[in-house]
Amino acid sequence: MAFPTLKAWAVATAAGAASLITTPAQAVEIEYWQYFFDARVAAMDQLIEKFEAANPDITVTMTHFPYADYRTKVAAAIPAGEGPDVVQLFYGWLNDYVGADLIQPLPGDAFPVEAIDAEFFPMVQAMKGDGQYWALPTAVRSLALFYNERLMEEAGVEPPTNLDELIAAAQAMTKVDGAGNITQVGLTAGMTAQDHHWWREVLVRQFGSEPYLDDYKTVNYDTEAGRKALDFYVGLATDENPVTAFNFMDEPQAAFKAGRAGMHIDGSFRIGALESTRGLKWGVTELPANADGMRSNYSSYWVNAITTKAEGEKYDAAVKFMQYITSDEAMQVWLDVVGELPAKPSVGMTETNANDPVFGPFIRGLEYAHTTKFADESGQRQAMVEMVERITLEGMDPGESLTIAAEAEQKILDDYYSGN
Amino acid sequence: MYRNLTIKQKQIVWAWAFLALPVLFYSVIRFYPTGNAMLISFQDWNLLGTRTWTGLDNYTTLLSDPVFWQVFRNTFIYLLLGTPVSLVVAFGIAYHLDKVRFMHGFLRMLYFLPFMTSAVAMAWVWRWFYQPVPVGLFNNALASIGIPQINFLNSTTNALPAILAPAVWAGLGFQVIIFMAGLRAIPRSYYEAARIDGVSTWTVLWEITLPLLRPTIVFLVVFSSIGFLRIFDHVFNMTTNNPGGPLNSTKPLVLMIYQTAFSSFDMGYAAAQTVVLFIVLLLVSLFQLWIMRDR
Repeated sequence: MAFPTLKAWAVATAAGAASLITTPAQAVEIEYWQYFFDARVAAMDQLIEKFEAANPDITVTMTHFPYADYRTKVAAAIPAGEGPDVVQLFYGWLNDYVGADLIQPLPGDAFPVEAIDAEFFPMVQAMKGDGQYWALPTAVRSLALFYNERLMEEAGVEPPTNLDELIAAAQAMTKVDGAGNITQVGLTAGMTAQDHHWWREVLVRQFGSEPYLDDYKTVNYDTEAGRKALDFYVGLATDENPVTAFNFMDEPQAAFKAGRAGMHIDGSFRIGALESTRGLKWGVTELPANADGMRSNYSSYWVNAITTKAEGEKYDAAVKFMQYITSDEAMQVWLDVVGELPAKPSVGMTETNANDPVFGPFIRGLEYAHTTKFADESGQRQAMVEMVERITLEGMDPGESLTIAAEAEQKILDDYYSGN
Repeated sequence: MYRNLTIKQKQIVWAWAFLALPVLFYSVIRFYPTGNAMLISFQDWNLLGTRTWTGLDNYTTLLSDPVFWQVFRNTFIYLLLGTPVSLVVAFGIAYHLDKVRFMHGFLRMLYFLPFMTSAVAMAWVWRWFYQPVPVGLFNNALASIGIPQINFLNSTTNALPAILAPAVWAGLGFQVIIFMAGLRAIPRSYYEAARIDGVSTWTVLWEITLPLLRPTIVFLVVFSSIGFLRIFDHVFNMTTNNPGGPLNSTKPLVLMIYQTAFSSFDMGYAAAQTVVLFIVLLLVSLFQLWIMRDR
């Protein structure tokens, strides 16, 4: 048994050695790093395969880590001259990566600034600094309103298009038991999930204010509009006829998956999990507009960048690889495999993609989406979570709680920008 | 050269040769990171950039941070509630289990089982128990007999005891075993002498059993105090959506350190918190050893 394997190994080694000799001298190997997520790794495998077929002199090796270790490993490897030539990072980390000298700007000839400004969805411009782009996404994510088709039918309501219809539909789908406990919510709610994005970038704007000023360095929601948005949001659970309960079934998405929620606001990354949920008939529609028909959305994304480690021929190979993974073709692969939305309207807004019953609402949302520039996303989320908890658990006046939240978030921003 | 040494010196050389491995291990794995953490506590570092010296900034921020003081209070509530409750319950169980002959081994196994279960799995099961209607076990039971539901985890007052309960339960098995070993180590002859003198059961407990259990009690108090001061996994897993919430009412120091370091990436501030935790652990242990010392 051991014999043939050994022989096969010997043959393979010989073949490997032979191929080493015959490959052109300019063969170059670059390394790509991303965090581990099944679909993303599968998609990148496909992209690398296609890229290598088109560029036989370049080999791309992908390494992936659990999300929890990702940042530490990148930070340790690059200054040591190890690690990736092209690296994936969350858009919110860009300032940290630039500040720590881990990545270098994309060259203007291969990535002309005006072309990117024109071709990519506008929120990608957050990746621009000092007149050049530092990183580019393959795909972006946005929010939409998922709804349970069975519950909608049972209650005789249609998917809502504005906030009034949202409340009406949610009321029709909410069920309460004899003791007054909610056993089925019309709309899920929880600042710990995606609602903090919905509140900040969508509701505050729809009630008539900008959530931040000064390029996301100044909190601006401690206003009349912010107060109205907060009252609307908390009212979902505290009004006379509540349509939701915070922490219902532990997590909003769990309630929706279990068929105990009529509607649920979540990101495009939830599509995969919902598709594999048996017995759940769901649809998705754009986030509801306000009374004037004004819509907004929140978009986030992961970007790829060339690290400071890449030099010489590796740098040239890295540039080529970056060009490929931000190409139209790569974006379509990413959409088909991962379910994340193309970062360019030219790919996203094609007839098939924009009218896709599942991806369509998310892609249309990208046109009016905003991207919050976070200094510390979990810290800033915490301010939103506590803003609601002070009202619902401690009975604090909403106006007072709003002011505390705005001050807490402003402090996070001030600390961050004074340090950089 | 070795040959010229005296026997005494040779013994010392050999002793150090054998000690070298643990010494090396402790300096590289324990002392170096500890010293490094203390250094970082005086610096500003986001894991990516360069470290810059900030003097006592991290410590002054800490002292004026209301969240830190809340977290500090929580940590001590875990300690002051958890340690006595778990010790009294564990002793009660061990004392009576010691007298049981029928299915003794099986019962002992039942008490020990939670200690062997993964804290993460246990925390998630209890988290489910505590959910509101329509999923939570406790609240569904309450609702079915017409009692209004209780907010276990979603409450600033109930959440901490609700999280502490499974943590106490999880550690119980270990404490019971140690107590039983301690009870078995007390010479039978004392009890026989007491019985001949016709002493009451209470007196036996107060005058013989508890005093002779002192070393066991000292060990368990120190051990479980350190455990409760470092509580993390139960809290984190039962509140993952809002770690340490609601409104920081369940957040222990270790969780605050974790969040500061690995979600806010403020390593200097996290290191300063770690140094404070280290000092607290040191003081509590020394204080307990002093209180419980042999007079």
